[in-house]
Amino acid sequence: MAENEDKTAASAPEITYRQALHDALREEMVRDENVILLGEEIGIFEGSYKITAGLLDEFGPERVRDTPIAEEGFTGAAIGAAMLGMRPVVEIMTINFSLIAIDQIVNHAAKIYGMFGGQTSVPMVIRTPGGGGQQLAATHSQNLEVWYAHIPGLKVLAPSTPADAKAMLTAAIRDDDPVLLLENLSLYNTKGPVPAGEQVAEFGRAKVTVPGSDITVVGYSRSAVIAADVARRLAPQGISVEVVDLCSLRPLDRVTVCRSVRKTGKAVILEDDWLTYGIGAEIAATIGEGAFDYLDAPVRRVAAAEIPLPYAKSLEKIALPDADALIRVINEQLDATRFAR
Amino acid sequence: MPDVFMPRLSDTMTEGAIAQWLKSEGDTVQRGDVLAEIETDKAVMDLEAYEGGILEKILVQPGENVAIGAAIAVIGDGSGSSGGSTDAAPAGPAPAEAAPAESDETAGQAAPAAPAAEEEDAAVAAPAEAAPPAEAAAGDGDEAAKAAAPAREPGEKIKATPLVRSLARTHDIDLATVTGTGPGGRIVRADIEQLIGSGSPKAAAPAAPAPAAPAASASASASAASGAPVGTVQPDDEVVPMSQIRKVTARRLTEAALVPVFQLTTVLDASRLTELRRDVNTRLAESGVKISVNDLIVRAVAVALAAHPEVNASFGGDAILRHKHVNVGVAVALEDGLVVPVVKDADRKSVSAIGAEVKDLAARARAGRLKIDEMSGGTFSVSNLGMYGIDTFTAVINPPEAAILAVGATADEAVVVDGEVQIRPRTRLTLTVDHRVLDGATAAAFLRDLTDLLAEPLRILV
Repeated sequence: MAENEDKTAASAPEITYRQALHDALREEMVRDENVILLGEEIGIFEGSYKITAGLLDEFGPERVRDTPIAEEGFTGAAIGAAMLGMRPVVEIMTINFSLIAIDQIVNHAAKIYGMFGGQTSVPMVIRTPGGGGQQLAATHSQNLEVWYAHIPGLKVLAPSTPADAKAMLTAAIRDDDPVLLLENLSLYNTKGPVPAGEQVAEFGRAKVTVPGSDITVVGYSRSAVIAADVARRLAPQGISVEVVDLCSLRPLDRVTVCRSVRKTGKAVILEDDWLTYGIGAEIAATIGEGAFDYLDAPVRRVAAAEIPLPYAKSLEKIALPDADALIRVINEQLDATRFAR
Repeated sequence: MPDVFMPRLSDTMTEGAIAQWLKSEGDTVQRGDVLAEIETDKAVMDLEAYEGGILEKILVQPGENVAIGAAIAVIGDGSGSSGGSTDAAPAGPAPAEAAPAESDETAGQAAPAAPAAEEEDAAVAAPAEAAPPAEAAAGDGDEAAKAAAPAREPGEKIKATPLVRSLARTHDIDLATVTGTGPGGRIVRADIEQLIGSGSPKAAAPAAPAPAAPAASASASASAASGAPVGTVQPDDEVVPMSQIRKVTARRLTEAALVPVFQLTTVLDASRLTELRRDVNTRLAESGVKISVNDLIVRAVAVALAAHPEVNASFGGDAILRHKHVNVGVAVALEDGLVVPVVKDADRKSVSAIGAEVKDLAARARAGRLKIDEMSGGTFSVSNLGMYGIDTFTAVINPPEAAILAVGATADEAVVVDGEVQIRPRTRLTLTVDHRVLDGATAAAFLRDLTDLLAEPLRILV
């Protein structure tokens, strides 16, 4: 399957993650007039990260709504619209601001279908970027996706490539449940091949983005990109790293993770969130349950330092997990299993 | 009552060995947690904790045999003061044992500022690894073997990765004989690579069993059971220690030799039987169902037993026990012994159901994973050596059952039918009968009806 993807990819034009998201929004708005956009500065200003560039001009203010700086209000408005048949896509400028709207998301969007006996679903999308590394300081640099991935009733997607960004946003808009699409500030400018034509991602499906045999590295969003880069850097040293990109944090594809670890016997999770109670903890538990007899070393996690992220560039850099930290832990894992280099 | 004792897990069990500990010293255990896997005379079974607490001491290491009722571990409050160690197995705990437990405890409670690193540190800091006492790994007093054994303190637990433990089970590797080179002496896959690669079991492990001493004690216990002469070890002899299963096989067969038996042999015209099997398998090929001649025989035996309750019986000392249920045991050869898993109520099961059950039971028997109740309660047994080309043999009775059927190979033979010589597939069936329970005529009537059923096998399908 990976080979097929590569072939498709080779012939596909390279665009940025930002452009891929834009294209998905535009194509879905063309396809379905019920798709509307709400968010702060998404219209006249074309979005803080320019994802919605040109859409106000093309679709008009009825479908591209600039909202007040009131996340709870416009998220709630989107939930209402969704209940009445629209397919709203809300842009929350960063995941940090979603905390203002968390009651709407967790107690309303995620609960309405079940608590009202299935009378109405809530087909809405919340697009929001997480991630640090931009010197935006502690309150604007968090990775809170696990808070949402914890909630039954929500779906949480975390694309790492432009192709996935487009296919996942398309899938999210077409899905009848509330979906949180986790974007990442540091990925917006990354480029990659995006196949022409309609691509709709599957929920709950992780991908092996780099096949390997010696050790499994699990990541998602930015960390999956770093993991793939590390895999390529270590290959010339005779270390075959298999990278599993979770893609979907809820539902979680435990099978693909365990299948990989059963093959390699060693696993490292790279996560941008904090270690304690993070995504990696869930993955480590999954591996413990599904691949216990195949483990030749304890599962390791590489995560952010357990501090509010500093503003100073030098401190921010060492607080965030990076390729060097991942390589160090991979080497420790290999040493612990007496891997012959 | 904090000691954990070797339990009696089957009727025939007199001693048991720890296959492996699933909890380590210092672990907190809840009532009902599986502490260890016990190798009984017939199977590997889970040992559950009857009481919660801290597993303070492991007194018997994997591979060691102890009698029922011997203390094998101590569960207490973690203070180390629990346990009447008076019944402790000879391989007693080393004085330093509390230390690893304590350090585990500390590691578990440490506040993880940089947890990943700390976890590793704790592992490294924990004193070396587990291992049974040297005498378990090597023979008594064999200095060379002791020197080859891994450097572990007596009573230390074996630290090995889950992958290694799993491979050790599959390849029958005794981890006590393996030196761990991972962090803190942990045994990692690389340490057993060679043992797996060569596919060689225990015998190839670094510390080769020392011949004389263990052999002497093993044969002593076997002879105690049998009373028959026992060979003495010659210098060139390879001494193969008997596994639990081999030991119980030997004892049971010795007991069986005391039963007064007679044999009846008959020849079955298997034309219809082989046709039926072929037809069924052709018709059901797409469904994946496949039945064997043996499945048809087991089914026919069950039907015949239902019609002959006097044969579906056991010797009960001063009474004959006729059984309501027809439970047919099927002898399964293991690499190192023989077990007879039982198809319960076989007279009420279809041929395909019997086939599937036998297949499953046999596979698990070979993996040592049969449950005791799957090997008990048989009322009659079938042993089939046809697949080895044996055309006729007599099976040893499986006491207290009244009879056992031995099935030979089916082969084309020239026979006279209606005054003409024809070629017919024929199978020899030999019934071994406990003469205390049955007489010749009764047994012959059963065997005749069984043979008739198999000659016209459509009758066993209804």
